[in-house]
Amino acid sequence: MKQQLQNILHQVTLQASDVKSLQDIEQLRIKFLGKKGELTTVLRGMGALSKEERPIIGKLANEVRTNIESLIKQANDKLVSIEKEITLKKEKLDVTMPGKIYEIGKKHPLTLVIEEVENVFLGLGYQIAEGPEIELVHYNFEALNIHEGHPARDEQDTFYIQPDVVLRTQTSPVQIRVMENSQPPIKIICPGRVYRSDAVDATHSPVFHQIEGLVVDKGITMGDLRGTLEVFAKSMFGEDTNIRFRPHHFPFTEPSAEVDVSCWNCNGEGCKVCKGEGWVEILGAGMVHPKVLKNCGIDPEIYSGFAFGLGVERTAMGRFGIDDLRLLYENDVRFLKQF
Amino acid sequence: MKVPISWLADYVKIEENIKNYSEMMTMSGSKVEGYEKPFHEITNVVTGKITEVASHPDADKLIVTKVDVGEEIVQIVTGAKNVSKGDIIPIALDNSTLPNGVIITKGNLRGVQSNGMMCSIAELNLTKNDFPTASEDGIFILPKNTPLGVDIKEILGLDDTVVEFEITPNRPDCLSIIGLARESAVTIGKKFVVPNVSLQEKGKGTATDYVKVTIEDYDLCKRYAGKIVTDVLIKESPLWMRKRLRDAGVRPINNIVDITNYVMLEYGQPMHAFDLNYLQEKNIIIRRAKKGEIIHTLDDQERMLNNQNLVIADGDKAIAVAGVMGGANSEVNNDTTKILFESANFDGVSVRLTAKQLGLRTESSARFEKGLDPHNAKPALLRACELVEKLGAGKVVPGIIDCHSELPTKNIIPFRPKKMNEFLGTSIEEKTMVDILTSLEFEVNMEKMEIAVPSFRPDVEAWADISEEVVRFYGYNNIKASLQSGNRATQGIKTYEQRIRDTIREAMLAMGLMEIYTYSFTSRKVFDKLLLKDDSPLRETVVITNPLGEDFKIMRTTTIPEMLQVISHNFNRRIPQAGFFETSKTYHPIKGEKLPNEKNVLTIGLYGDYDFYAIKGIVEKLVDTLDIPDVKYVIDSNNPSYHPGRCALITVNGNTIGTIGEIHPDVADNFETPKRSYIGELDIEKLYKLTNVLKSYKGLPKYPEVDRDLAMVVDEEIIAYDIEQVIKNSGGDLLQKVTLFDVYRGEQVGENKKSMAYALSFRADDRTLTDEEVNKAVTEILSKLDSEIGAILR
Ligand SMILES: [Zn+2]
Repeated sequence: MKQQLQNILHQVTLQASDVKSLQDIEQLRIKFLGKKGELTTVLRGMGALSKEERPIIGKLANEVRTNIESLIKQANDKLVSIEKEITLKKEKLDVTMPGKIYEIGKKHPLTLVIEEVENVFLGLGYQIAEGPEIELVHYNFEALNIHEGHPARDEQDTFYIQPDVVLRTQTSPVQIRVMENSQPPIKIICPGRVYRSDAVDATHSPVFHQIEGLVVDKGITMGDLRGTLEVFAKSMFGEDTNIRFRPHHFPFTEPSAEVDVSCWNCNGEGCKVCKGEGWVEILGAGMVHPKVLKNCGIDPEIYSGFAFGLGVERTAMGRFGIDDLRLLYENDVRFLKQF
Repeated sequence: MKVPISWLADYVKIEENIKNYSEMMTMSGSKVEGYEKPFHEITNVVTGKITEVASHPDADKLIVTKVDVGEEIVQIVTGAKNVSKGDIIPIALDNSTLPNGVIITKGNLRGVQSNGMMCSIAELNLTKNDFPTASEDGIFILPKNTPLGVDIKEILGLDDTVVEFEITPNRPDCLSIIGLARESAVTIGKKFVVPNVSLQEKGKGTATDYVKVTIEDYDLCKRYAGKIVTDVLIKESPLWMRKRLRDAGVRPINNIVDITNYVMLEYGQPMHAFDLNYLQEKNIIIRRAKKGEIIHTLDDQERMLNNQNLVIADGDKAIAVAGVMGGANSEVNNDTTKILFESANFDGVSVRLTAKQLGLRTESSARFEKGLDPHNAKPALLRACELVEKLGAGKVVPGIIDCHSELPTKNIIPFRPKKMNEFLGTSIEEKTMVDILTSLEFEVNMEKMEIAVPSFRPDVEAWADISEEVVRFYGYNNIKASLQSGNRATQGIKTYEQRIRDTIREAMLAMGLMEIYTYSFTSRKVFDKLLLKDDSPLRETVVITNPLGEDFKIMRTTTIPEMLQVISHNFNRRIPQAGFFETSKTYHPIKGEKLPNEKNVLTIGLYGDYDFYAIKGIVEKLVDTLDIPDVKYVIDSNNPSYHPGRCALITVNGNTIGTIGEIHPDVADNFETPKRSYIGELDIEKLYKLTNVLKSYKGLPKYPEVDRDLAMVVDEEIIAYDIEQVIKNSGGDLLQKVTLFDVYRGEQVGENKKSMAYALSFRADDRTLTDEEVNKAVTEILSKLDSEIGAILR
């Protein structure tokens, strides 16, 4: 009987290594382990054994059963994994074929610049202020220290609606409205659309966008202006960016400066972007003129402030290497998709 | 302002190289736009003397010359007619360059070797104004005593460096050599003194014998100073003066006119010279013009004046428009023998308006309009007379005519070094401040802690201005960066409206639309192209009084035209389909208000493989994102810009928040867009109010939904909204969702009928529904569908 059992095990071992399909395995199982299987048949003869032999053979029979089960399982696993592999092989794709088309909307490059600037200043605790594009001369000029007869009024070539109403030539009137209506501390940026009577060409547009900033509080210094613009320049153009102030004149700030950043394209070596200068002018800035503060009901003996402004179109053009401003308002899909 | 360096060097010695100097000036506030040697292109052109002239063996019109160019004799073949043996001329040698990139090399002219070219003034980029004695079209013959073999740039004074400064409008004092010399001196740390003018005054009598001057309108003329020159000999001015004028961008004319221009550039004070012989009355009156008064100006135009203009009159007759242009009748000409030099101070605003009105912006008016220092009139006048004597242009008559109102005294302002340092964030020492200010000709009184501002600096009014003067030279970039350390904190957040607009933009982008930016002004023509009725409120616009042209005359009241233009632009570039959106403003006048209503609007545009339901789907997702409930779409057949059967008003509780639809085919033609273009416009201001930003979570269902599909046949005119309403109203509390999934028309359903198939979902929050419960609800729905709209279950 012991011999028979070992024989069965031997046979299963042989046949299990030879199975070709899951059906073969099932047959194998039925043949040896089924109710009428060979193992069962052998075990029926157990009754003829002696009391001493019975437990020994019993134990052996159990071992053989376990071994057979494990052999069948192994054979099964092997087959399953082979079949899986075949399926995976069959499902092979040409991954170089193009993907399905999903349309994705793109922000306009001007929005990209505006949002980038907004995010820097929101992080510095600024709020975003807005105001009318069609503005009273009082806010667009008078309150900004640009009086009748001031050359700046000529220079700016303003669009007039009425003698005392204009299309704002700068977003600065928003600053005045905010200063008139709130008390320091004031920390705002004013992004918006402005208008000047320039004919359309590669670098001019009668409609364009500005972002101006204003901070008014006790003890605000020109050093704070520099520090703020340094943070801004590094956020926009990279950690290694330097800034440079050049004296300039704006009617509503004193002292006033034009602000250059070290060229992001050549790191100051000189290239096409910076016209060989190593610096690119991006901002106008200065300390709010005490007269302007006074006009808005803020005492310049107690408070001081700084203001700055940048042209969105020019920044976008520099940043993205756009060589013709008209592209920004033409809205050609092939252009818009690039951002 | 173009400044020849040699001129500046008369007043301050500049040892820095030009690059460093330019950089330093830019950083102290006089921005250098650029610098160049205007004649740098001329190389290898030297003076040469013709020593032999022979005829050309094979060409009648050519001659063969030998030219002594100092170190050698070269053979040159030329066709020039005005040269002969002994003439000294500019010779472009082999491998020389001329202006505009012309290169001269040796060559062969009809078989004879020619080793260079003789130059005319034109070939050197000069004119007869620069060299009045030169031949216009022939070779430029130089004076007999000219040394040979010398670079022509040296001989003709073409080797100067010219620096171009951008002068800000607050600094008219820097529109002068003297002003820039003063700035240069402080910048590079040199002393600067305006030299005293000395005159011999050999003319007879005294100035006031020759002419009488009266100012009638002191508000427009603070000062009128004049000097007389007799025995004037009009001729060309000397080379050095012509050269400087030319380099500064002013055309040399004759000695007297050149002197007035020279002094204007040097002192920043515009001047004028009148021919005294043509002043019949010798009675100068400075007055407002009479209405309709006519003057013949020296550019040979008749100009009509009004009483806003200031004129210089001789007796009754206007002889100059003050500060703008002289009259033709008293112009200095070749016969002039006696002149009156005018050095006056006219009101800036008046000059500006007059120049604008006459369309006559001159070097003179450009200076006056910025506001000049009345104290400068006299020194400039004396300098002009000094130049007359130096040039031998006439005899200066002693005495001066000088009419003026009370001249302004120096403005005194407090000196506040502590306040200035606090303001700048610096710790500049008082002494440094005083040194800078003193070298800029401010007088600092340390006892009174006061500053006397020089008269040429009216832009300096208070401590902030003084701070700028100090920090310009202390160095803007020496200010240490800080970050408002001791400051009160502020919140960096967007407003509610700004966040809603961000949400709208994000939703549009997520649905694959491209953001566009378009102009806010347009033409009235677009209203006709949109087929708007004559009484459409959209035709009430804000009008620009001085537009760039008819196409930019009004502020837009609708954004559709620009959207259609963008569609047209892309369609015409063979882009098969695209979707766009814009968030921008429209502008609507309000009766009785100065400022109009500026409305934020969202515009959507689609063309290509889209239909009405595409744009509707976009709007549905948008209002869903904004959590606006109960949005209805009502057909609008009366909007003339849209297809009458494919346009819907978007309404919420009877309030219209926008329109969507297919553009009317005629409008599509007018804008050259595809016929099937879809436009949506939504009023963002209304969305602000309807949006539910306080989103709250609703628990996920615990029990499953039971789905039933219903397909029914209804009359063609029954609209989906009505069917849904019947289903929703009759479905009871268990009905959760009604979705149309199929519409079918065809023989099987019959003519003028359609089959509409809906998927209904039923669910209860507290139990799994039984079939009986759902069947009961469906039965009720079917019965109502039948009784209310005659729907028959298929
Ligand atoms: Zn660069």
